[in-house]
Amino acid sequence: MRRTVVTGVGVVAPGGVTRDSFWATITAGKTATRRITLFDPSEFRSQIAAEADFDPIAAGLTVQDVRRMDRYIQFAAAAASEAMGESGLDLENIDHERMAVSMGSAVGGTTALEDEYVVVSNHGEEWEVDPEYAMPFVYQALVPSSLASELSMRFQTHGPAAVISTGCTSGIDGIGFGHQLIQDGRADIVISGAADSPISPISMACFDAIKATSARNDDPAHASRPFDRDRDGFVMGEGSAVLILEELEHAQARGADIYCEVLGYASRGNGYHMTGLRPDGLEMSESIVDAMNQGKVNPEDIGYINAHGSGTKQNDRHETAAFKRALGDVAYNIPISSIKSMIGHSLGAIGSLEMAACALTIRHGVVPPTANWENPDPECDLDYTPNTAREAKVNVALSVGSGFGGFQSAMVFGRVKEATK
Amino acid sequence: MSEARAVITGLGIVAPNGIGAPTFWGNTRKGLNGIRKIDRFDVSKYATQVAGVVEGFEATDYIDKRLMVQTDNWTWMALAGAKLAMEDAAFDAASHEPDRMSVVTASSSGGNEFGQREIQSLWAKGPRFVGAYQSIAWFYAATTGQLSIKHGMKGACGVVVSEQAGGLDALALARRQIRRGEADAVLSGGTEAPVGPYAITCQEHNCLMAEGDDPDAAYRPFGTEAHGYVPGEGGAILLVEGLDQARARGAEQVYAEIIGHAATQDGNSHTAPAADGHYYGRALQLALDDAGIGPDDVDVVFADGFGTPESDAAEVAALQAVFGSRASSVPVTAPKSMVGRLYAGGSSLDVATAALAITDGYIPPTINVGSPAFDLDLVTEGRAQPMDTVLVGARGIGGFNSAMVLRRVTE
Repeated sequence: MRRTVVTGVGVVAPGGVTRDSFWATITAGKTATRRITLFDPSEFRSQIAAEADFDPIAAGLTVQDVRRMDRYIQFAAAAASEAMGESGLDLENIDHERMAVSMGSAVGGTTALEDEYVVVSNHGEEWEVDPEYAMPFVYQALVPSSLASELSMRFQTHGPAAVISTGCTSGIDGIGFGHQLIQDGRADIVISGAADSPISPISMACFDAIKATSARNDDPAHASRPFDRDRDGFVMGEGSAVLILEELEHAQARGADIYCEVLGYASRGNGYHMTGLRPDGLEMSESIVDAMNQGKVNPEDIGYINAHGSGTKQNDRHETAAFKRALGDVAYNIPISSIKSMIGHSLGAIGSLEMAACALTIRHGVVPPTANWENPDPECDLDYTPNTAREAKVNVALSVGSGFGGFQSAMVFGRVKEATK
Repeated sequence: MSEARAVITGLGIVAPNGIGAPTFWGNTRKGLNGIRKIDRFDVSKYATQVAGVVEGFEATDYIDKRLMVQTDNWTWMALAGAKLAMEDAAFDAASHEPDRMSVVTASSSGGNEFGQREIQSLWAKGPRFVGAYQSIAWFYAATTGQLSIKHGMKGACGVVVSEQAGGLDALALARRQIRRGEADAVLSGGTEAPVGPYAITCQEHNCLMAEGDDPDAAYRPFGTEAHGYVPGEGGAILLVEGLDQARARGAEQVYAEIIGHAATQDGNSHTAPAADGHYYGRALQLALDDAGIGPDDVDVVFADGFGTPESDAAEVAALQAVFGSRASSVPVTAPKSMVGRLYAGGSSLDVATAALAITDGYIPPTINVGSPAFDLDLVTEGRAQPMDTVLVGARGIGGFNSAMVLRRVTE
């Protein structure tokens, strides 16, 4: 059985646009949520988001890259370069035919598509738009596969490449598909992760319409409140994390500094409702158990759970039920946190940022907190690591995702144990 | 322990030249063109004025109105395709264990028309005029989510995006689940609905489409007058089952087994496929390796048939790299010349068409080629020929290459 390890992490996130600043933000319990500056939000129900203060040129992109790539791809390109740099892989001396790309994104190039639409439709006046006014790279905005193409071009990868677009579980599923490519022997190195930049009028408006986002506009810093009694919805975010996945022996042979191993990955559809969740958390618990079984992990082994913790009423209840169902009473003893409390919910990207957080937690022995947790909710009665990070040796970390369409995914990372031969 | 064998047992086709496998196959055998002048909006400002357009599709024949208003027509076609596929296979999802069924589809551009309508409302009227269903209708995962919910399929559901290569890549994931015993039945494949004013605007800017308004002179893969591709809508949803499970339930028919797949990336293009066809050829070869067969075992090639001179030449180079001197004698066809490129729906439809060709012993034609530009045995008139093994190739804009091998199932 081929085993997958993580050998590099790169991040673009709100509150800090490198891996180190991301880690500093989330372990300090600092919130990066604020009034939206990317456009004028005053007509919207939810006027707040966690924005990344990202300068693509400073991050090493060229002006032509910036023209060609929508914002979410720029994030991914920067994160991938950071991750590749940290991995120590020598691009001149590796087999590019054994390199793959597996990236998640929930909404792809929506931002660029909307910007172009405003022009070609003359501010929404014309249904029969004028094609002449669109910019040359609008096709690359239409198809989210551009995310995989661009990373493949950037690192000249010639193995399989794809975008996995399963809504809000895209991040876990993108890394999961990469893990499967290594397991199946189709690649030795996978540039995996996810990216989204959904802080645009249409994305904000569509969540306004179903009141899924927080309307705590007068207090943005305290608006994302996972597991708190007074939570009122998620706060939109943006960003990207890229993890370099590598086959274990390939990484060991070159003396790579290994973060952790992908011990298990599973996903389920709830077959129930596009936005509703069954209160018992059954399908999420099945994903968790499946992922744990793949890695022969027991509930007692888990030192940290990175929750989906979106901060909607139903999600946090559903998830708490799923943890109890999957882990039994042990669930009460495991530190859990939602980093969405600090960096918002960046739809498909967040799963990759959460897996990056798990890798960093295992390496640094610090569990990031859930910020803004003030008031207990009787239906959410586990240990959510309120407000302050904790030092803890974590050998195994679990992360979960849940999204529109009924997708429920789980992934388990663990410190590498030598194979018992 | 031997791995389960993944077989195609049901076909749900919604294509410009026919809805439902029997109608589609009858028309495809005859070489009936489904490419038409676009008449649902004024195309006078567009260079490309034709597309593969599905006619006579009544969504209400397949889904109820309540679901229709929550979904884009890309999802309608997939919901119809799934219904047709399960009817074709005589597969009753309600009588199967939900955890043993899943859905893996491909998408390349999501709910175009729904999205355009809601963005239009937002910018013309304001945020409060954006409807409640935009959040679940537009995004690429909508089709898989709706199929999973509608049919109670609760296994590992997925969505793969790799432009026109996506259909093969999704079917490969379905095959993986079957082989590993993680599922007994998977709805897979994909549809696409890119024929609206804004979606066509976006596509025109890739500068790879055929200009003009003559449906019979626009998309001419492998011909001397090839000058671009034509987009189209529709696709195919296939039911993929484990062979033993299909037989145990007394399945009506087994079209073909999926015996090989591979994908590669050119790694140098955000637009047209690489001109040398090197990594496309590698995908074809790796798919044969995965199937454990050699090029001499391939009876027919279903080509990608991009339709630009450079990309057609690249495909011929790829075939020559894999088949050597046999590249000029192995039968090659591109039935997508009848429907256009349907993106994620296109490679899905190619697999469905290949499955029908194997079952019927008939190679469907490539139409509108005119004078052939390459030394190939390009099938331009339908040809009765028994076949066991078919190689299906697909390339996606942005450097994606994928290939799948299908084989007739014998005892």
